Amino acid sequence: MKKLLRGAFVIGRRDFAATVLSKTFLFFLLGPLFPLLFGAAFGGIGASVANSREKPVVAVVASEADFERLKVSRDRFADAIGDQYVLRFLRFEPAGDANVQEAALLASRSPPVEAVVTGLPDKPHLAGPVAPDGSTARQLRLILADAAGTYTSPNLVVSHTDTSSAAESKDQATTGQVAQTALFFLTLLLSTMLLSQLVEEKSNKIIEVVAAAVPIESLFVGKLFAMLAASVLGLIVWTAAGAAVVASFKSLSALPPPAVGWPSFLALIVVYFAMNYLLLGALFLTIGAQASTVREVQTLSMPVTFAQVLIFGFAATAIGSPNSGLAFAAAAFPLSSPLTMVARAAEDASLWPHVVAIGWQALWVALILRVGAGLFRKTVLKSGPRRAWWRLRRA
Amino acid sequence: MKDFGATRAVDGVSLTVPTGSIYGLLGPNGAGKTTTLRMLLGIIDPSSGSRRVLGRERPLEAAQEIGYLPEERGLYPAMHAREAIAFMGALRGLTLREARRRADVLLKDHGLGEWARKPIRSLSKGMAQTVQLLGTIIHHPRLLVLDEPFSGLDAINQGKLEQLIRNEAANGATIIFSTHVIAHAERLCERVAIIAKGKVAFDGRVDEARARLRPIVRLQTRERDGPWRSAIPATSRTEGNTFVFELPESGPEPLLRALIDGGAGIEALAIERPGLHDAFVAIAGEKTAAAMAEEKPQ
Repeated sequence: MKKLLRGAFVIGRRDFAATVLSKTFLFFLLGPLFPLLFGAAFGGIGASVANSREKPVVAVVASEADFERLKVSRDRFADAIGDQYVLRFLRFEPAGDANVQEAALLASRSPPVEAVVTGLPDKPHLAGPVAPDGSTARQLRLILADAAGTYTSPNLVVSHTDTSSAAESKDQATTGQVAQTALFFLTLLLSTMLLSQLVEEKSNKIIEVVAAAVPIESLFVGKLFAMLAASVLGLIVWTAAGAAVVASFKSLSALPPPAVGWPSFLALIVVYFAMNYLLLGALFLTIGAQASTVREVQTLSMPVTFAQVLIFGFAATAIGSPNSGLAFAAAAFPLSSPLTMVARAAEDASLWPHVVAIGWQALWVALILRVGAGLFRKTVLKSGPRRAWWRLRRA
Repeated sequence: MKDFGATRAVDGVSLTVPTGSIYGLLGPNGAGKTTTLRMLLGIIDPSSGSRRVLGRERPLEAAQEIGYLPEERGLYPAMHAREAIAFMGALRGLTLREARRRADVLLKDHGLGEWARKPIRSLSKGMAQTVQLLGTIIHHPRLLVLDEPFSGLDAINQGKLEQLIRNEAANGATIIFSTHVIAHAERLCERVAIIAKGKVAFDGRVDEARARLRPIVRLQTRERDGPWRSAIPATSRTEGNTFVFELPESGPEPLLRALIDGGAGIEALAIERPGLHDAFVAIAGEKTAAAMAEEKPQ
């Protein structure tokens, strides 16, 4: 074991240095900036387009006093349900032939007029391409009733509480979902890099030098942890420097507190990120080790990405019902276990399931690495006699 | 024994390499030399049979005492020469600091000091091979395994490599190297194993291999015929005016006596010991020897 770890350390150190000290690592660190820049650029363009497009209004041909009553009622609705959901009114002074004015307003493009209201206050009339029972007509009826004072309600006394059990459960599920999604995307971005990790050794024939000096398991473990370290370094840099991450911190404080509490939850996020990375990474390293060329690795990337999405979907089924049979299955299945358990940490306060899960996941990391190394020896190095897969052993 | 699917690459190779010797594995490409070395080093496991390296049944347990130069050379192209050597030293148990110190000394001693901090990709092929060789010996291995070490080297570098092998042997290392060039084995090895078609055709000292053949006599006489002709074996052949034949088992003295007494008029007489190439032809067969001769020149 000591030799295995020592060999893994030597290989890991070289890989880490080769990764982090290469020029391409700068691009890796700058990677998250690209979606942010794209987001900002396209968001800006979208906002500009949205702003430049004038929102349609309902033209109200009425006196200033009548319009003011209508506007006060409209603003009350806007306060209650949001301004963007309520009809926008624009007053026009009655002028000449009402029919001619109505037709002229409906033809107006600046601002575009959705419909025209006339006959206030006693005989309101809505004209335009709107249905009698459509949302514009219904909303207008409510506003008119409110403005006319015909819509009354008893004085409602409201007592405020911070939360309810139903709300808390739902909120914690949201926290779990956010954490799970974040973990999934981080792992998705980073672990697929491991697919191509052994191509360099194989194409440069270094593999033989390494295989003669240390157990193949050392090669796998070293590479896996080197990439984990490089990824963690990237995360630290991103977290420290990224404006988007700062923004996410703000939204973090808005998230409902997880069941295990924030300190434990954040610690578990780090642990489960590492476990998720190690589990998927070990698997990808094993799969990628079978590839001989970069082309083969590229071909493998797509199915591997889809498999990750599938695993994410499986883990997501546990959100909201952490003690269900499906949740247990997702926690027990090694590859979905970290994602499932991080969501559980948000919803269930017990810590002992996490101890069990982390041990279980670590066991599977070791097992996948062992089988991966054995498979590598068998299929790539063409080593060993024909024997059952469960009896793979090293020299 | 080693099978790759239905193909038997090594068929019952049994070898013992004495400590401190320079031992050559001779054979054409595809004879099973590299597979034998890989099994010996633990890179691959035999399909059946056993191996013992420096007293250990698991070769990786002795990895820190072994240096290995594979047939297909490989270095990380972006790595500096010094770091590449140090990395190989670290793989074999040296601390990185000590490995770097030794790498600096080795590079300087072999005229590559100014290339120490240059990436491997900027080195010539010969330089890169030297770097890999230095990485192979950086940890002062007790056993040095070199698979076709002269492959791709020019004459000057081949000479340097031969000297390096002799130096390592003089320092007490046991050296096993495979080659399909008989001249290298003849110059360097005390013992050889001749491998053909996955089997050991001969295993022993070089002079034992050569001793399998009788010395060759080359004789020129003034007279073409006479009673002395009965002393020349019937299997002899002539090359111009020279008789060529194996020295009779009775040795040179009865032959000389018959030639002198019979008045042959000896003009030139040479008794040549056969070379390793002749022994190889005799042991492995003409076909195998021809196959080796056709392989890429070293």
